[in-house]
Order: sequence, then structure tokens, then C-alpha cells
Amino acid sequence: MYVVIAGGGKVGSNIARTLIDSQREVTIVEQRRDRFEQLEAEFGHSAMLGDATEIAVLERAGIARPPDLVLAVTGDDEDNLVISQIAKEGYGVPKAIARVNDPRNQQTFDLLGITQTVCATSGLLALVEHEVPEHGLVRLLELRREGLEVVEVQVHADSPAAGQRVAGLALPEGSRLVSVMRNGVAEIAVGETVIRPGDQVVAILKPGAEDKLRRALVG
Amino acid sequence: MKAVIIGCGRVGSAVAKQLAGEGWDVTCVDEDENALTRLGAWKGGFVVGHGMDKDILEEAGAVDANAAVVATDGDNSNIVIGQILQRRYSIECVVVRILDPARAEFYEKLGLRTVCPTQTAISTLTEAVRACETGIVRQVTG
Repeated sequence: MYVVIAGGGKVGSNIARTLIDSQREVTIVEQRRDRFEQLEAEFGHSAMLGDATEIAVLERAGIARPPDLVLAVTGDDEDNLVISQIAKEGYGVPKAIARVNDPRNQQTFDLLGITQTVCATSGLLALVEHEVPEHGLVRLLELRREGLEVVEVQVHADSPAAGQRVAGLALPEGSRLVSVMRNGVAEIAVGETVIRPGDQVVAILKPGAEDKLRRALVG
Repeated sequence: MKAVIIGCGRVGSAVAKQLAGEGWDVTCVDEDENALTRLGAWKGGFVVGHGMDKDILEEAGAVDANAAVVATDGDNSNIVIGQILQRRYSIECVVVRILDPARAEFYEKLGLRTVCPTQTAISTLTEAVRACETGIVRQVTG
């Protein structure tokens, strides 16, 4: 397996270390000279100095082989977009994963067809919301390729779902309950499962059905 | 006809003034509010902000623009903003300045209208030297 990593900051260098330790062939490209020298000291010939948005630099990194995977993890979203586009559309790299630094740029990655993205800020925000369940509906996981998302809601005493069997709930189309957690113990939700006040209910649904689901479960 | 100009530097501001003089309804976008001074006595629109920002593009009138010129000082920003204007707002005439000839060629193939001043300079300079050479050869042989 051959991996090209664009961006040798904390994210890129840690991924490079892990991959090299597990015997994968890696090239990590970094444009800041001081940072590159640190990478070279640790990774030797696997480190390369250059701007990974330049086609000649990517070619020196072996983009034409092509690599099995390109990771565009610089601190600049425009750069990550361009690197991913050149890799996928110019060189037929089967998989390019891009880092989204500013979550507001997520829609631009989607628009330009860079569907495999990772955004640390969005991930952290989701975790923060998870810690504040009274916030309503918490997005736990987005399955972008499947077009589905996994969400969690906390049921209260006055919620319409409290005291109801799962089978008796009027859930919106394109949604299904996955599990019910009570006193720290989770159970798979089946038709006979009864939902109690205080339960944390996990559901899977198609984007767009969030409001209807929230109304059906917690009002 | 409406045009949005992203990046109001030497190039963007000159294009904006030219188009406005020809009767276009022009709005410029630049991160630096001082860029407005490059436009002189300006009657068109001017929005301070980044061209990657959806709200800024819409404030500048991207939704119903007929043409867009993208000429900020960053090639990759121009590439991305140009594609946003083309794909999200379906602006038919989007022209993007890209200084790196390799990236300009690549994105031209992907369907972006690119202008590469570096390539123009390379061609013009090479041609100029060739023309001198012809002159020199003529002097020597003539």
C-alpha cells in the first residue's frame, strides 16, 4: 500500500508515523522548510519538501503511480480541495481523504465532489452536544455515502414517546430506532421495547427527517 | 448585465472599471476594505469579505450574475471560488486567473475558463527573443 500525505503538521506527521510503523510506504509533503527538516530527521526519504498543490511536486511524490490513498491534511481548505481534485480527477487515485479545517467549507467540499472528508471541529462539536443532551437531537454520526445519519435524543416524562412501545410510535418515514439506553445499559430497540422517561434513544434516519423524528419522540 | 469580481487588486480593479465603463453592473469583493481606493470614483458595488464565504458571494449578487472574474492573489482560492460560482450559482461566464501554468492547464481541462498571465509572459518573452534572433541573423547575413 502506497500513501501520499500532503501536509506535515500534527495531523499529517502522526498519520505518517503510524503508517510507517505498520510497514506502509509513505511520502509526506511539507512546504515549510523548518517543519520539513523535522520530518526529514524522523522519516528520512519519506519526507519531501514542496507545495503539494503544485502538480510537479505531486508527480515527484509519485502521484502518477498512482498511490492507493492520498490524504490532503494541510491547514488550508482551498489547498486540500485542489490536492484532492488533482489526485482523483487528474491521476485516478482511488481514494482521497481531505481534512476540513473550517466546518463552513464542508459544503464546498461536497459541491466539488470531495466526499470523503474529516472535520475535527465538527466532530468535537458533536461530542460537546452529546454531553448536553437537553439540546434536543444530537447528531452522532454522519454516513455520507449512505446518505444516512445516526442521532440521539433524550426522552422526558412529558415526551410523547414516554411509556410507548416502539411498534406503537408514529415515526417519520425513513427513520428507525436503533437502541435505547437506560441507567447506562443499552438495548437494541425492537417493536416490543417500551420507552421510559430518561431513556437515551439512538435512531438512524435520512437527513431531513430530524424535526419530524424529534417531534415524534420528545415533542 | 451583472458581473462580480472576486479580488480587487491591480487586475480585478482594472477589469471592474473597464466593465463598469462599458455599462455593466459590477460588484467587487475583497478581504481588504482599502482595495476600494483602487476603483477611484466607484458607483458599483463593493463587499468586504472572503470569496469562499457563501453569504459574501450572495451579498455580491452571485445568484443572478451573468459573469464572474476571479483574481485574488491565491491560485487555489481562485480555483475553488471559480468552481463554486460555476457550479452552485450556475454562472455561465466564469473566468479565473491562475498564475501556475500547470494548474491552469489542468483546470482548463476540467472545464474552468482559466487565464494564466505566467504562460502569456513566457510565450511573449520567448517570441520577443525569437524576433530579436531573426533580426540579428538578418544583420549578420544581410
